Amino acid sequence: MFSTIKGRLVLLLALVALSAYSLIPRDRTIRLRDADGRMRDTVERRVPLKLGLDLQGGMHLAIEIDESAGPNVDRGDALERVLTVIRSRVDEFGVTEPLIQQVGDDRIVVELAGIVDPARAKQIVERSAFLEFRITDMQQQFANALPAVDRALAEAGVRLDAGAAGAATPTELERLLGTDTTQETAEGDTAAADTSAALDQPGPLSSHLFQGQIPAEFLVLEEQFPSVDSLLHHPVAQRAMPRGLELVWGMEPTSQGGRAYRALYAVERRPIITGEYLSDARATMDQVNNQAVVQFELTRAGGRVFRRETGRHVGDYMAIMLDGRVHRQPPVIRSQIYRSGQIELGSASLQEAQDLALVLRAGALPAPIQIVEERTVGPSLGRDSIAQGRLAAIVAAISVVVLMIGYYRMAGALAVLALGFYGLFTIGGLAMFGATITLPGLAGFALSIGMAVDANVLIFERIREELAGGKTVRLAVDAGFQNALSAIVDSNVTTVLTALFLFQFGTGPVRGFAITLIIGIIASFITAVFVTRTFFLIWLQFGRATKQLSI
Amino acid sequence: MIRIFANAAYDFLAVRRWAYVITGVFVLPGLMMLGIRGLNESIEFTGGTLIQVHARDTTMRTATIRSALQTVGLNPEIQTFGAPNEFVIRARIEGATDTGTSTQETRALVEQGLDATFGPEAYEIVRTEAVGPKVGSELRQKALLAILLSFGATLIYLWFRFEWRFGVAAIVATAHDILATVALIGWLDLEVSLVIVAAALTIVGYSLNDTIVVFDRVRENLRKFKRENIYQILNRSVNETLPRTLLTGLSTITATIALLVFGGGVIRGFALVMTFGIVVGTFSSIYIASPVLLAIEQRWPGEDVKGAKTIVARGAPAT
Repeated sequence: MFSTIKGRLVLLLALVALSAYSLIPRDRTIRLRDADGRMRDTVERRVPLKLGLDLQGGMHLAIEIDESAGPNVDRGDALERVLTVIRSRVDEFGVTEPLIQQVGDDRIVVELAGIVDPARAKQIVERSAFLEFRITDMQQQFANALPAVDRALAEAGVRLDAGAAGAATPTELERLLGTDTTQETAEGDTAAADTSAALDQPGPLSSHLFQGQIPAEFLVLEEQFPSVDSLLHHPVAQRAMPRGLELVWGMEPTSQGGRAYRALYAVERRPIITGEYLSDARATMDQVNNQAVVQFELTRAGGRVFRRETGRHVGDYMAIMLDGRVHRQPPVIRSQIYRSGQIELGSASLQEAQDLALVLRAGALPAPIQIVEERTVGPSLGRDSIAQGRLAAIVAAISVVVLMIGYYRMAGALAVLALGFYGLFTIGGLAMFGATITLPGLAGFALSIGMAVDANVLIFERIREELAGGKTVRLAVDAGFQNALSAIVDSNVTTVLTALFLFQFGTGPVRGFAITLIIGIIASFITAVFVTRTFFLIWLQFGRATKQLSI
Repeated sequence: MIRIFANAAYDFLAVRRWAYVITGVFVLPGLMMLGIRGLNESIEFTGGTLIQVHARDTTMRTATIRSALQTVGLNPEIQTFGAPNEFVIRARIEGATDTGTSTQETRALVEQGLDATFGPEAYEIVRTEAVGPKVGSELRQKALLAILLSFGATLIYLWFRFEWRFGVAAIVATAHDILATVALIGWLDLEVSLVIVAAALTIVGYSLNDTIVVFDRVRENLRKFKRENIYQILNRSVNETLPRTLLTGLSTITATIALLVFGGGVIRGFALVMTFGIVVGTFSSIYIASPVLLAIEQRWPGEDVKGAKTIVARGAPAT
């Protein structure tokens, strides 16, 4: 359908609309936990493109360890743990590129880009990490109560908002995961027996939950995570929940079969032990089984509690929770544990084991922290450099435009127009990913502009060659686009591959560079092979270019 | 229509020894200088001294403070801090290792620079502290790992799309450009900041792109001109893609030169490395990638290029 000019224009318009839509600032509701632990809705203005600390500045917070309750024995170690916790908390998505830096020997400076509300910044940083171990719902009380929760929600008229329709059906997913479907069917049966209405329409909650790999683990599509979360916190749902149970989310999304899921666990409300009893955690490689393990030590008092609890729960799954989120998939308790135990991580790497050990140590934070100073800061590149940089970028852009039009005339002008679309697509894509733009990010953007120009040059040179070879205008244009394609594909794929590795294994600014490069190259590819081509088709159709091509 | 190098037929391969010599003469001393002097890492990697300044003189701006401190040899990071007349300066004395004394020395140097431009009454130093690095050592290791892994992935992709010889030659050409960039850093004793790292990564991307475009033409010509030998085909391919190579190089370099001229102090290092990288990337895709492919082919002849004839270097003229 996109072979006609009309079809192409429709698609082009759709792409433009999508990019423009993602760039419109809008309000969104987010849930925050209050100081007293209650959830509360706040409306926050979402700015589509945040500029990084280097370009715009942000919020500056200085943190110290609160020693009002008594001096700390090992302050250096404590500070290092605080640094880790804050880093994991602030840099949740890896694209905001915060500054987290030790200053002097007793202070940490955190700078957050684009945050204007100091209260919000403090809230992110100040909550001290709270670690607890909880047993998952082994009696499947939640699964049994699900129909009742569904019914209560349906009666209250609560539904998930948009986006729910396109979800994979449970059976589809279970085939994917290879888990048994007995539980899900059992649920369906009960629901069917209770209310006939549930047959036609699956429950508001259960239709979005998929059985996970272990008991009491459920999976929710990552894009539905916020809406399911608000569903769970609906008072009606809360009332229908079994007593003594709580639903908690996994810390990070997992991907299965190419889609991102968020794990949801039904766990006991009461922790069997909390972080204050944990004295140490270390990651090692188990030489016998060649797998990563995390060994942890408890205090004497902790050991007594843990021995009693683990004795009662051998064979059960134990969720490791940090700040109300479950870290990794809960391990199973193999035997009674006293003061020291170990968590086997199967095929996980040593790095992952070290991360878990850090979570355990960080959760056992020996002292609370306090914010001693908060300020807004200017861009770390300095306003002077940014003004100069802006001027330089404008001059650079103009010189490329002059060169393209000067050398390729009308075709060059079309390419420049197409590059305008390219810019829009890239910025729209970055906004969609919620990326923060920093100077390394702009370098990635510059490279992708270079490649977008290059793709056009490749095509035009090819068309010229075909014209020189004696082809007619229309044939030469077709052949030019066709023959230039393989070079464009190969160079773009290689660069995206490189960028993917940089994103996966790099940190901070390297990731920022990679993400803008990936989005930019995708946009550049679309621009060169689709947008420029469309312009050419229109030109050949309606212009006077059929005899002589201005290229 | 303007056409540059439309029907070029230069024998680029004939001068390949010269290209190797030029590269060697540039890269080896640069790397040696770097080895002797050591890498001059920016404050982002090493940490340094943080100085908070309260300005009484209203002419104090990030720009004027920067130029004042540059006269005493510092390359500081300056941000406004809360109020517009409050500044945070992060600086380090080049090569300083002992943080205890260097904090005092840096403060003294900053005072010296500010006194000379604004006078001692114009400002007040509110605090002086040692700061840790912004990016830990893990960034360095991970960036290196990422580059090596991406080389591996590129090799596998090119193997799949072309043939292993092309993959190896492309990697060699890209590695050449990275080494040349590192050598440039050695020659000029450039301070390596995150921005410079970003520039180096950009060069990797550009160079790979440039080389693949030439190789794509080589693949096509191998199918088209079955009577020609590899030497002729390589030369023909480089010549045919020459207008594109030069035009893309030209438009990119115009952009980086604009950054170099108008970009100011902080961007200048970035623009310099980028400009150099474009030149080297263009050089290597003409003079390094194809000769390396030829050398590999001569050393390990045989095997088919996907869907094409055997590349055999028969009858290559003696050089």
